Amino acid sequence: MNPFKIFDISGSGMNAQSLRLNLVASNIANANSISSSIDQTYRSRQPVFAAELRNVMSQQPATSSVKVLGVVEKQSPPIQEYLPNHPMANEDGYIFKPNVNTIEEMANMMAASRSYQNNIEVLNTAKELMLQTLRIGQP
Amino acid sequence: MAISFDKALGILPKALVLQDQRSQVLAANLANADTPNFKARDLEFESMLRREIQPNANQRPVRLASTHAGHIRAGNELNGGSLLYRNPNQPSLDGNTVEEQVEQAKYAENALRYQASLRFINGTFSGLSTAIRGEIR
Repeated sequence: MNPFKIFDISGSGMNAQSLRLNLVASNIANANSISSSIDQTYRSRQPVFAAELRNVMSQQPATSSVKVLGVVEKQSPPIQEYLPNHPMANEDGYIFKPNVNTIEEMANMMAASRSYQNNIEVLNTAKELMLQTLRIGQP
Repeated sequence: MAISFDKALGILPKALVLQDQRSQVLAANLANADTPNFKARDLEFESMLRREIQPNANQRPVRLASTHAGHIRAGNELNGGSLLYRNPNQPSLDGNTVEEQVEQAKYAENALRYQASLRFINGTFSGLSTAIRGEIR
């Protein structure tokens, strides 16, 4: 019995969600970063979460913490716009906008912050219970 | 006649351990609320506790023998009980079966049960100390 493991599990969840929040911030901040070529255009970045099984070999229940496998870029093409008078336009008169969907990102942000809060609630409750356990037998 | 703490406390310490393990499983569910293909799990507390208080050899589940130190334990058995998968009410497209409201409710319930066990243990200890001091309150 290791009562501290719950802190690891919730901590990994908070870690993953804070990375997700960071990526949302990066996407929204770069939502208007236009460029003059497809390759240099910023693309929306999304985290990839996976469950990491722990304690498979031990007597403890095999619980899973969250692992961030990496960050992937959205594969949809950047938005092409014909603006020949734009200073950033290429020789054909096009500029390229990132494939960031701001509304999607805002929804993503809310989901991430809710999940983060969930993990914090779990942590707080676990901490309370542990403190009470330490006081066993005291008047 | 010696005082036996084991007898005085009964199943309460075992219940505490089981509730702690269940809280870990539920915390893992909540942490993985956004992980694709993660399946929510839970411990069946009552049957596990019943198994604990009936140490009858026939009641114990049959386990696979592990003949090598590197063998992975089959079926995630713990204390003879098993870790089950939750049936989701509304499964999501990415294969995740965690429903945050359900998990939160279960976690709160489990925390309350843990606190109840703690209170019973505290009551037992204060009863014991009253008996040791022999005073009438």
